[in-house]
Amino acid sequence: MADQVIFDKSRPGRRGFIFDPETVPGVTGTEGIDLRDLRKDAPRLPQISELELVRHYTNLSRKNFGVDVGFYPLGSCTMKYNPKVNEKTAGFAGFTNLHPLQDEADTQGTLELMQSLKEGLCEVTGMKEGTLSPFAGAQGEFTGMKLFKAYFRDRGESGRTRILVPDSSHGTNPASAHIAGFEVVELPSNREGLIDPAEVARHCDERLAGIMMTNPNTLGLFESEILTIAGMVHQAGGLLYYDGANFNAIMGKAKPGNMGFDCVHLNLHKTFSTPHGGGGPGAGPVLVGEKLSPYLPEPVTERKDGKVGFAPPRRKSIGRVSGFYGNVGVLVRAFTYLLANGGDGLTAVSEMAVLNAAYLKKQLKHLIEIPYGRKCMHEFVLSAQTLKEETGISALDIAKGLLERGIHPPTIYFPLNVKEALMVEPTETESREILDTLVEALKEIVALARENPAELKASPRNTWVGRVDEVLAARKPRVNHFSE
Amino acid sequence: MARYFPHTGEEVRQMLEVLGSSRVEELFSDIPEDIRSTASLNLSSGLAEYRVEKELSRLSEMNRTGKVCFLGCGAYDHVIPAVVSALASRGEYLTSYTPYQPEISQGVLQTIFEFQTMMAELTGLEVSNASLYDGATAAAEAAVMALNSSAKADTILYSEGLHPAIKQVLATFFYDQPVKLEELPVQAGLVDLKALSSRLDETVAGVLIQSPNIYGLIEPIRDISGLAHEAGALSLVSANPLSLGLLTPPGEQGADIAVGDTQPLGLPLNYGGPSAGFIAATKPLLRKLPGRIVGETVDTRGRRAYVLTLQAREQHIKRQRATSNICSNQALAAVMNTVYLAAVGPEGLKEAALQSSAKARYLARKLKEILGAGIVGGESFFNEFTLDLPCPAAEFNRFMGEQGFLAGVDLKKLQTGTPGNLLTVAVTEKRTLEELDRYVAEAAAFMHHREGKRG
Repeated sequence: MADQVIFDKSRPGRRGFIFDPETVPGVTGTEGIDLRDLRKDAPRLPQISELELVRHYTNLSRKNFGVDVGFYPLGSCTMKYNPKVNEKTAGFAGFTNLHPLQDEADTQGTLELMQSLKEGLCEVTGMKEGTLSPFAGAQGEFTGMKLFKAYFRDRGESGRTRILVPDSSHGTNPASAHIAGFEVVELPSNREGLIDPAEVARHCDERLAGIMMTNPNTLGLFESEILTIAGMVHQAGGLLYYDGANFNAIMGKAKPGNMGFDCVHLNLHKTFSTPHGGGGPGAGPVLVGEKLSPYLPEPVTERKDGKVGFAPPRRKSIGRVSGFYGNVGVLVRAFTYLLANGGDGLTAVSEMAVLNAAYLKKQLKHLIEIPYGRKCMHEFVLSAQTLKEETGISALDIAKGLLERGIHPPTIYFPLNVKEALMVEPTETESREILDTLVEALKEIVALARENPAELKASPRNTWVGRVDEVLAARKPRVNHFSE
Repeated sequence: MARYFPHTGEEVRQMLEVLGSSRVEELFSDIPEDIRSTASLNLSSGLAEYRVEKELSRLSEMNRTGKVCFLGCGAYDHVIPAVVSALASRGEYLTSYTPYQPEISQGVLQTIFEFQTMMAELTGLEVSNASLYDGATAAAEAAVMALNSSAKADTILYSEGLHPAIKQVLATFFYDQPVKLEELPVQAGLVDLKALSSRLDETVAGVLIQSPNIYGLIEPIRDISGLAHEAGALSLVSANPLSLGLLTPPGEQGADIAVGDTQPLGLPLNYGGPSAGFIAATKPLLRKLPGRIVGETVDTRGRRAYVLTLQAREQHIKRQRATSNICSNQALAAVMNTVYLAAVGPEGLKEAALQSSAKARYLARKLKEILGAGIVGGESFFNEFTLDLPCPAAEFNRFMGEQGFLAGVDLKKLQTGTPGNLLTVAVTEKRTLEELDRYVAEAAAFMHHREGKRG
């Protein structure tokens, strides 16, 4: 029964794993512990044999789509192939069996890897120093915003409280700025889908702390006025933050450091091919220029006398953003990818990512409207608005139609400045014929929208479950199998 | 050198032709000339796969992992069943994104639903989220929840017995924010209840403690929660989840929110990460939880199905008004925890916890005698105890290191200002009696050696 939860398969007394029953002489495990502190009722964990356990999660995994299963053109998520060698190297016992509080003399391999990775990431972004601690892109943003805070406080400019965020930005940008203590000011995009320098100028005053941008932006367009914007923000005393979600477009082609950015985060689980794992773990290293370097969170690695160690605590550091050093296992995978590709390889990665997106866009532009027509970089955004007006078929329906055809849909309803948005990012690891399958599937769906929209509304019909009742889930939340 | 894109030269040419271009470089023409890179990246050339492996193998071997590990303080060397990585490394789990499309994501969704249920069971609370980054950031998120639950309270009281890194993460979280963080002193290693009682008032949003705490001691959670509630504050407890196989869950002792790091539940040390943070709470706090939550529902045909729910709290919907900025979490680590907990079951979890604590007691008693050391707070610890040594912990650690032991964590290295003779020793079920006896013998040799030098 693949649809049972594991708790339903539990049988009293059944065991899946046995610990060696070794005892120690003269003492039990509860001596000295107050009786009230000893658990009375065992947790209702499943009692199940190893084989049943393996079947349960194997069968569950088969109800899941991944890059290993099929095409995943999920915009802004860079669902590229995750090379198997990354998993192999990250599994080396020398990495996995290392305790985070061992002496630096014991951990030179990992420290060397972390330092080299940081140097490599500085080179591709044009930055000077950095931290690998942030666990994910959003935490990188949060770290960056705290660096901004510390910088302004240090300069006696705590009145700089406003962060500009374009309306096309990822939701994490305003959320991160807000929880770091800033006030968020939304910038409307112009008719071309870009930031209008005139809009930025309106906010260039003594309250300006900075701007958060992706470049290329979430429409897949390069913000060609970036130097003007950077000049204005810096002139006004503000700082520029680069959200690296879209960095897969420009490796070896342009560096955020040369665009005027003071702080960058990269999503190693996007650009550097580490697996997304169903939502994590990722890694969101933050790289900075000289202005922000004194404020980096602890610990920061450095080279010294042919070895790598943690630099002495920085007096002006913002503190810590993780209990230890972040997702080190993810860093091993990213470093493996960096070595495998090298500088020339990373440049080719961006070239092929942009080529794939441009090719796909060209094939689709007569099929579904593309509201912003400029040259796209690694992704582009379709709008199903007209189709919806004509046929009633929405971006959601198109997505569900693609599911029925074995393709993971693009990101839908994002960015927010495009109605009925479908954001497509094919990545470089897909072949032309795979891109063509998406084109064919969308042609079929658009035709069906006009001929038999009801059939599309009923899709997907061949997946493990059909469309689910999200309203019920939110109205009567049931988030624990044992709750009423 | 390694190539993960499929394009042949001929295909590139054909695709460019479709685009009316002759050179790939033309695709980048929207990047203004003055910022377009002219030089190639200053990185080495790519390597073939087996050469990459060789280099990574060299680095991994530079690490010294052969010593017998008695280090803890947030990361523990427990037994990990083989099924954990075997199942979690399946490509369907490994290479999927956050399950936004439930129809093709039931695998991750149901597994995380099971994880939430298991964490609720362990903590004695009703609701859990899908995971946070780690134990330290989970503690900070609990503090945010407490602050968000109160209209005017602006203070978080935390115990001195909290892991120092958690204190630092809290300070960073609330840096330059209108939030007060105050440390409560410990008395014999435990929260000073008198000090807590006299400090509590309506300005306090939450009381955050760790149990077992940094010294390994089990805190009187019931009393602390009671005092917190009398003053209208929430009780926030950071716990080692493996200890909850043996110890009374925080939820049964009045805790409103329990957090912690799931590393002890089937995750390798990995130099500190990835693991996952967990956060569980009472049902009324459900809508204040940060991050992803999986809920049960039905599909169009009435079949049971799982979906990410209550997304209206989250950043992609609420943007700057979200309860937290978290997007990616540590889903795969949570999958590993789920498999671990299903493999060991309630009896196995208790066995691992009991063996860890029995072996810790055995070692603690012997070391106390041989080293003439005090044990901070006596024997009310779980699997970790703090020795008050008659010499600097660093000196003992150096000697033991040469004999092949990672003898314990010198607390002074975690927090400046800590006396230099405190050593926290962690023992897991993985340590054998033979290893414990060897540790004891080497400790005796250390004392002998030390006395010899003095004499």
